Amino acid sequence: MHIPEQRGPISAALLAILAGQPVDTPDLHALVTSQLAEAQDVIEDDDLQLALFCLYELHYSGLDGVDDSWEWHPGMIAVRRLLEKPFEQGLRTAAKAAVPDIPQVPGAVPISDGVATVLFNLAASDTGPSMSKYVAKRATLSQLKEFLIQKSIYQLKEADPHTWAIPRLAGRAKAALVEIQADEYGGGRADRMHSALFARTMRALGLDDRYGAYVNTVPALALASVNMMSLFGLNRRLRGAIAGHLAIYEMTSSRPNQLYGNGFRRHNFDAAATAYFDEHVEADAVHEQIAGRDLAGGLVEADPDLLPDVLFGATAALALDTLLTHHVVDAWENGRSSLRTKLPAAA
Amino acid sequence: MTTEDQEHMNHEPAEGSIVVCPDGPLLVRGDFEILTPTGEPVPRQRRTVALCRCGASAIKPYCDGTHKLIKFRTEPADAGRPET
Repeated sequence: MHIPEQRGPISAALLAILAGQPVDTPDLHALVTSQLAEAQDVIEDDDLQLALFCLYELHYSGLDGVDDSWEWHPGMIAVRRLLEKPFEQGLRTAAKAAVPDIPQVPGAVPISDGVATVLFNLAASDTGPSMSKYVAKRATLSQLKEFLIQKSIYQLKEADPHTWAIPRLAGRAKAALVEIQADEYGGGRADRMHSALFARTMRALGLDDRYGAYVNTVPALALASVNMMSLFGLNRRLRGAIAGHLAIYEMTSSRPNQLYGNGFRRHNFDAAATAYFDEHVEADAVHEQIAGRDLAGGLVEADPDLLPDVLFGATAALALDTLLTHHVVDAWENGRSSLRTKLPAAA
Repeated sequence: MTTEDQEHMNHEPAEGSIVVCPDGPLLVRGDFEILTPTGEPVPRQRRTVALCRCGASAIKPYCDGTHKLIKFRTEPADAGRPET
């Protein structure tokens, strides 16, 4: 993707360094350390989230003009770890605040069923404001575009962060994740990949569907939601969290996607434009069963010590989704844009 | 054929399988086809499908998750799965 615009001292220094050849970067390390000491809310910190997003991007499709060997440069890994530590702590705090009391896994059933039950109950207890109801009933055309732009940071690489977990799992959990991911990636048909369906919806609304085209326009929270998945996916020790994240993501998807589709139909968009949402109504009703019972449940069955991380991943996902929904719906209800900058003229 | 062979045969997985999901759909995977009563194939986009069991899906025969909204239960409430 294009190199984004800096959002403060850390991202400015990082992007300047990445533009050159890989060298040791002690100054960046010192700068990040001192900036972090002053950071208030890591999750909503534009500078920190953008820097982390760019560092993670080195592991995905890269940054235009940036030497690929930066990916495993020890200095960059060290800076990533510096940023990840307070981010993970912030996620743990946010998850705890969002769901202070997680119910016990029932003892009378197979543990995998019990884990699925707890996750389904967590998904059902989500009572925050609803982005999907707003989109279905009230969103204007320009709000539909904003909605797609906010989602595009993840949806144009949909499923990729969870794929990191495949080699870290075994047996039932691994088979489950591969089955879900194969479907996410279109079951062998490139045009059915969920990211490709999302790109089609963006084009139907006249938006730029190139990966990362709108990174500059989205708030820190939208970057944090994706960074959370990369954090969970790229750190083997957090494999429980990435499994829990995917399970809760699937479990909170079918009904909202039905409503999102209704919002686009209300504006007379055709079946090609709503295919992304229609696909998710059906696919995620399959995936939520597999992700809850076989992926998350199967993982805990094989390694009971991972239960707290599965629940952390699930509740952190709920927490950030609630924060982002608040941000967007509050803006819309007050007649403001939810984006941090105006859309480029093309949109 | 030895008894051991016979046991092994009995445990060969079937070509298709149906997972009976608690409070949810029937998850069908493997080799199968879904047909209308007249034998026409029902449009299908994925290998593994979830078939509606609660009757409330808007995309039957497939599940759309509505069983959660109507609190569909496949077991009596006191069957050991507390409703938390």
